[in-house]
Amino acid sequence: MNRMNDALELVKKLRTFLPAESVLHETEDVRPYECDGLSAYRQTPMIVVLPRTEDEVAGILKVCHALKIPVVARGAGTGLSGGALPHPQGVLLSLAKLKNILGIDPAGRTARVQPGVRNLAISEAAAPYGLYYAPDPSSQIACSIGGNVAENSGGVHCLKYGLTVHNILKLRVLTIEGEILEIGGNGLDAPGYDLLALMTGSEGMLGIVTEVTVKLTPRPEKAQVVLAAFDDIRDAGNAVANVIGAGIIPAGMEMMDKITTGAVEEYVHAGYNIEAAAILLCESDGAEEEVAEEIERINEIMRQSGATEVRTSRDEAERVRFWAGRKAAFPAAGRVSPDYYCMDGTIPRKNLASVLAGIEALSAEYGLRCMNVFHAGDGNLHPLILYDANHPGELELTEEFGAKILGMCIEAGGTITGEHGVGIEKINQMCSQFKTGELEMFHAVKAAFDPESLLNPGKAIPTLRRCAEQGAMHVHRGKEKFPELPRF
Amino acid sequence: MQEIVDQLAATIRAAAASNAPLCIRSGGTKDFYGQQDKGRDGGSGSILDPTAYAGIVDYEPTELVVTARAGTPLMQLETELNSRGQMLAFEPPHFGTGATLGGCIAAGLSGPRRASAGAVRDFVLGVRMLDGRGDDLSFGGQVMKNVAGYDIPRLMAGSLGTLGLLLEVSLKVLPLPAEERTLRLSMNEAEAIETMNRWAGKPLPVSATCFCDGELTVRLSGATSAVRAARAVLGGEEIAENSSFWKSIREQANPFFQSGKQLWRLSIKSTTVPLSLPGKQLIEWSGAVRWLSVDAEMDNEAVQALVRKAARDAGGHASVFRSQTPAPAVFHPLPRAMMNIHRRLKEKFDPMRIFNPGRLYSEL
Repeated sequence: MNRMNDALELVKKLRTFLPAESVLHETEDVRPYECDGLSAYRQTPMIVVLPRTEDEVAGILKVCHALKIPVVARGAGTGLSGGALPHPQGVLLSLAKLKNILGIDPAGRTARVQPGVRNLAISEAAAPYGLYYAPDPSSQIACSIGGNVAENSGGVHCLKYGLTVHNILKLRVLTIEGEILEIGGNGLDAPGYDLLALMTGSEGMLGIVTEVTVKLTPRPEKAQVVLAAFDDIRDAGNAVANVIGAGIIPAGMEMMDKITTGAVEEYVHAGYNIEAAAILLCESDGAEEEVAEEIERINEIMRQSGATEVRTSRDEAERVRFWAGRKAAFPAAGRVSPDYYCMDGTIPRKNLASVLAGIEALSAEYGLRCMNVFHAGDGNLHPLILYDANHPGELELTEEFGAKILGMCIEAGGTITGEHGVGIEKINQMCSQFKTGELEMFHAVKAAFDPESLLNPGKAIPTLRRCAEQGAMHVHRGKEKFPELPRF
Repeated sequence: MQEIVDQLAATIRAAAASNAPLCIRSGGTKDFYGQQDKGRDGGSGSILDPTAYAGIVDYEPTELVVTARAGTPLMQLETELNSRGQMLAFEPPHFGTGATLGGCIAAGLSGPRRASAGAVRDFVLGVRMLDGRGDDLSFGGQVMKNVAGYDIPRLMAGSLGTLGLLLEVSLKVLPLPAEERTLRLSMNEAEAIETMNRWAGKPLPVSATCFCDGELTVRLSGATSAVRAARAVLGGEEIAENSSFWKSIREQANPFFQSGKQLWRLSIKSTTVPLSLPGKQLIEWSGAVRWLSVDAEMDNEAVQALVRKAARDAGGHASVFRSQTPAPAVFHPLPRAMMNIHRRLKEKFDPMRIFNPGRLYSEL
């Protein structure tokens, strides 16, 4: 059967239990789903389905399972690694219509929500009770909680408040067979293996999340931020280590380099010192007295670490303005360059100076500018490579530059992705970060949930063949295991 | 050190080849925990002891990360962290001087600070392990944020050695609080549950709670100013034996834990109203854990049915934590679809089922 016949047969089957408007297959209707936030990769899906209930999701999965049709889940489509890139012979399963907040329990400090609920909408609904949902990825206005679970999203406050995995209690998950799993519970732990951890960050490859119970956190009484400027990026790096070494866990700790502050200052006028080699934003939150004490200590440490200028937000408006620059880093990149490519490596912080020096050297070698924003507290780097896709070959050069940055992150004892996921984007670098045995175990874990590999196939975990073709594979004692896996 | 790993791997390969179960055991401080498995006394299996694979591999306080070998004594690890002003924030119970890091992670047990700071699994960043084929595998890493590959490091926490032998573990560590104080207030159980949950919903530095015998004990931890301010708001009497009291809860040396013939642990929704069950209760984790000590006269089967139902109704699960007589099912039964996933995961990590067979569930 060809793609057209497959599509028509599937549409017929799905429309027996879904309204016509929930099943899209005309090219102009499926086109908007051809990419997620990583628009360099595009692929129109065979069909798009937009279920409204968990039962409808289960029905879709059962049909796809019976016909062996790949299923790619999609939340808000804001992902940056191509995790929701459609499969050409597959169904794109949008969870956007499952967008109800099912309940907020202020006394128990939890919210039960459907996967299509936006991250920020949870905090807004919890606000009347003095509570909020702590993980706050930059895209929180748009990104959905289902996508956050799939990617284990972080944000600027995760050193103190944790990632998605630390802030969810329970999931309802449909297997590819359409069977429901309740993972986690209403208590703080669950019997058996920690499948809640395994599901978080699994990029839609193990099951489809249909409901999430999240933990809510009490809103701190007060927050204040210190803005420090440094004329040497190494001093800024040391300042971060000194703050943490003094026993302080800041609510947020962000670094920006000179090219970034220049670009954002022009755009949002946050009041940054644009002559500085790097600036640090260091936030304290908690009780009034606690914040006052901590802010004083942070000020002192910044000065002792060689800051050329240290300012503390005097009121909430100023705190918001100091942060506005950081939050505008990505749009600012879009203003100074036709295109940009955001990387997501994490490194042990002690290697910051050498990695940044390496990025600078690569920038000169490739003739491409690179802005660096950095979740400094937890070592998560976001270099933004500036390029112009209209210049032939520049995208390829950019990707090569990016791959080298990720290579440096691995060399420095870090990882190729801190919070954006592997998706399709970093799949080749997985061959460098892991040995064959580990990649085989990842495939085995997937097979435990999805033996026929129908859920988001081809993402996140490279086949051994792919790694071998790249020449980066580590031969594992020359033995072949898992004969069911695709081989050379 | 690599020779020790080679020896352990050789033992695993030989066991896999002859289908002989292995009981993973170092200090044996948690022998009481879990079901009797075939590798233990009376069974046909032998002991796989990683105690010799010990020592801190890497520790830089300013990175907030420590990497240590599984055989490292927990006491030694905590002493080293404390000397640099840091701690394992999940406050693990030792249950004896022989406790090791590997056992701590495999058992997945957290102490009084769990409700505020997080559990063992929340702090696990990376593992190096030997699987059931004796293959040396590393997952995760030494950085806080890492989404490359499935989260196998956290899967290992609490898996009771049924998926592999831990060799090295990387953990996030946190600074010791500048100040800790413990308060005590008299109230009844329903008031205590309401109070603990109300406090947990406010930005207060409450780091541990315990209710027993009409007394709510609360620990405040954090910046000196924050602890002082909270102390004034919460009321109650300050008690002098701050650290020894919480240690007695963590280590279950408190007289409550010594009474009775069976100790049940119910992990449930924290706001659940007082449970009416036979025996005596102690509450921790802002109400999310209810310990139940059951007397000798009571019938095991009848208690089991009651307790499991109470836990399920409260959105949680119940396990037999300690028992003077072997309990038939220690952990809460899993629904069929969940057990299928568990069984398939076990097959992938340990195809010959040699690691701690039956210790978690008889099917695994």
